[in-house]
Amino acid sequence: MADQMQLNNISENNFEQCLKCSICTVYCPVSAVNPAYPGPKQSGPDGERYRLKDPKFFNEALKMCLNCKRCEVACPSGVNVGDIIQKARMNNPHKPKLRDMMLANTDFVGSMATMVAPITNFALGLGVSKAVLHSVMKIDKHRTFPAYASQKFETWFKKNAAADQDKYSKHVSYFHGCYVNYNFPQLGKDLVKIMNACGYGVHLLDKEKCCGTALIANGMYDQAKRQGETNMESMRSAIAKGRTVVTTSSTCTFTMRDEYTHLLEVDNHDVRDHLTLATRFLFQLLDDGKIKLAFRDDYKKRVAYHTACHMERMGWAIYSTSLLKMIPGLDLVMLESQCCGISGTYGFKRENYETSQKIGDSLFNAIAEADVEAVTTDCETCKWQIEMSTGTPVLNPISIIADALDVEKTIELNKNR
Amino acid sequence: MDPNIKEYDVIVIGGGITGAGTARDCAMRGLKVLLLERFDYSYGATGRNHGLLHSGARYAVTDKESATECIQENMTLRKVARHCVEETDGLFITLPEDDLDYQKTFVEACQAAGIRADIIDPAEAKRLEPSVNPSLIGAVRIPDASIDPFRLTMANVYDAQLHGAEALTYHEVTDLIINQNRVEGVRALDHHTGINKEFRAKVTINACGIWGTLIAQKAGVTVNMFPARGALLIFGHRVNNMVINRCRKPANADILVPDDTVCVIGTTSDRVPMETVDDMRVTPQEVEVLLREGEKLAPALATTRILRAYAGVRPLVAADNDPSGRSISRGIVCLDHETRDGLAGFITITGGKMMTYRLMAEDATNLACKKLNVDKQCETATTPLPGSEAPEQLSKKTVAVMAAEGRHGTLTKAIAETTDVVDDALVCECEHVSVSEVNYAMDNLHVKNLVTLRRRTRVGMGTCQGELCATRAASAMCRKQEQAADVKADLASFINERWKGVQPVGWGDNMAEAQLTATIYEGLCGLNQYAGKEDLK
Repeated sequence: MADQMQLNNISENNFEQCLKCSICTVYCPVSAVNPAYPGPKQSGPDGERYRLKDPKFFNEALKMCLNCKRCEVACPSGVNVGDIIQKARMNNPHKPKLRDMMLANTDFVGSMATMVAPITNFALGLGVSKAVLHSVMKIDKHRTFPAYASQKFETWFKKNAAADQDKYSKHVSYFHGCYVNYNFPQLGKDLVKIMNACGYGVHLLDKEKCCGTALIANGMYDQAKRQGETNMESMRSAIAKGRTVVTTSSTCTFTMRDEYTHLLEVDNHDVRDHLTLATRFLFQLLDDGKIKLAFRDDYKKRVAYHTACHMERMGWAIYSTSLLKMIPGLDLVMLESQCCGISGTYGFKRENYETSQKIGDSLFNAIAEADVEAVTTDCETCKWQIEMSTGTPVLNPISIIADALDVEKTIELNKNR
Repeated sequence: MDPNIKEYDVIVIGGGITGAGTARDCAMRGLKVLLLERFDYSYGATGRNHGLLHSGARYAVTDKESATECIQENMTLRKVARHCVEETDGLFITLPEDDLDYQKTFVEACQAAGIRADIIDPAEAKRLEPSVNPSLIGAVRIPDASIDPFRLTMANVYDAQLHGAEALTYHEVTDLIINQNRVEGVRALDHHTGINKEFRAKVTINACGIWGTLIAQKAGVTVNMFPARGALLIFGHRVNNMVINRCRKPANADILVPDDTVCVIGTTSDRVPMETVDDMRVTPQEVEVLLREGEKLAPALATTRILRAYAGVRPLVAADNDPSGRSISRGIVCLDHETRDGLAGFITITGGKMMTYRLMAEDATNLACKKLNVDKQCETATTPLPGSEAPEQLSKKTVAVMAAEGRHGTLTKAIAETTDVVDDALVCECEHVSVSEVNYAMDNLHVKNLVTLRRRTRVGMGTCQGELCATRAASAMCRKQEQAADVKADLASFINERWKGVQPVGWGDNMAEAQLTATIYEGLCGLNQYAGKEDLK
């Protein structure tokens, strides 16, 4: 036989490596609650063969996919089931509705909203606004928009922290993401506190754009691609200075590391290995003996860790939990890894609300039974969903570490490293 | 005469496309017809070819008559068998190792035969068909298309029945009833009951493809045939959306056809002894030739998963005036044994190609009508087959309904109109076959077992090759008609039949898939108790 002939079977996103075992469908959170969804196997590798014959075989039901990627984790044959479905959706774009544009443009909407944050927050909380959003915009009335901060993280950083950063001998760049910038700057402040204590200066990127997750989910691929290119450019110049780029959002990280190449054809091969989640970065430094952390003796808390879908896909939950387990006063309960149902902007849409809550139901019960003061997770949209559905506060692992950290001692431990 | 013996105008032996087409044509002319098939419709060469609706271009240079027949039938079948045809168009490509001068000869020959042949720029060819070998130096666009032989055969049988014909599968003709130099009927063995039956007719038509030579022997006449075996490979998905041919003298593995959800490369061509025509196993040498040559048409084939290999036997016929058999015709051979051999009431229709079946049927039927003094014109060139009538919008547009439309055309209406949610569930996920489609096939399309169900619907023809769908299909059949005990044997036979085609290409992902299938059916279902039993055909 000719050289190399049939040594490998290659197909886009490995769709032909599917052995039809159907385990992806067993793990699909949507299939579990919504029989109208054909499931990842049928929507992905099975449907792909028909779509190759004729694009008319695109099925609207594919829009029910959460893009949680749990099918890809489950697949024993390495089929990128979720990517096949997303690609099919990209090839059959629909014109985004005003609602989708609003939900997807986290950057633009965030900038506008933070300028008049008290008014926005007040207005969004009003029953009448919710009714309008529900009926006109088809954003479900049960949802509460995350509050907008009155000062952007970037503004705070430039005013209060930027000047001090050059005094450190080691440096990282921080991709804070929209959530930290517009809604919850405290998380960014927490990261700066930890990194500085460990002897690392923190820097913003030259130019940061929204990672594009929400744009992809809402069909605005061109804009997502443009923003991706800008981010990669900014990260390249940070990496050229010898800096690792850290983040505090699992989904932003996953999007920029994996979805950029798989879906948007944004080249990130030289960036990918230098872009990581802050908990993973810290754990690896600790593991290599390059830094040390000291924690407060009086810190006491019982929290439950929830594995966000994209953390599961990256296989990185182990870094966040290992780090949390180092805190002597922390009683950590591991929740079974499952989808909370929100999936970014998905759960905000009126048509998905019921599915969204059904998916999260067993997680919410598990949290109630765990009897904890707080839940911790690396994903901000999981935070909204869990807080709304259980009333239990949700913290990012970085915020817990920052809270438990004995800053003076940590600075001392890392002084001559 | 025994009142239990049924009397017909015409008995057609052979449920391939030629027999099915002949039965339909005879029935449409008002004759009382019986169609007999020894196993299942399209079991022989009809179900074992490329599924290519030739434009005729392939024969233009060497056999103008065949080429002309092809292009005429090509245009006819697009209309009357609309739902079995996919209008893909085709390319004849010239590679650096081929002679570009041949392209000119080729195009002239095509034009002489009435086949549209447009020379296009290689860059344009790559744009039209991105999978084509990028090193091509020439390309000609011709009106090739793909056609589904299973659907085409069934549509003919179905329409024959609508016109009053009777049709029996698993009835093997054991001998002919000859009385004073006249064939008066046949005796046949019913494979399912083991009963021998007798059927009488004024005219018997032998439409058995390569096996026609054996039927002729039973009648005491000689039809010299030369079995030419051709092997093909099915790939797991469509690599190409246009037919790709090599622009050179016809040779091995130089046609790649997109068929439904797969694509097929073929064929080899080897003269084989008549004793081996029932042995359809594909050899490693054949697989190697197909891959090596196929890769030249579309390089992606080298890394695309192969689903299975299969082989068929072309019925090549020696011209009557050439006992040596050197002068072989690809054209249609219609023999009136009354004038040729002095045996009345017997006609052999053979030679030809799948896609000229309608012409073959017309020739045979004309001759039968002449013998029976029936004066009615052939209408098969203008009357659409059932399923190919003008399409109407269906209210339901699920993937399964659209997939079924590709198989059953306008008859899909009966499949799409479901009231029970269970009927919309999928039996075969790879090929999107619903419970409703299986039920429809069992009610209307002579489904006797899982293998016949596969030929009617595509159950088990997808990537999993029966791994998941076989049990579901068996359960749907249980609910409908079969006894549970028979179903287990049927299931074992079906899985074995699928494995036979996978085995010659059993490597890589196919092996992993086969292992999973074996674990399910042997380990979980305990079907190894049926090992060694003869397979249902």
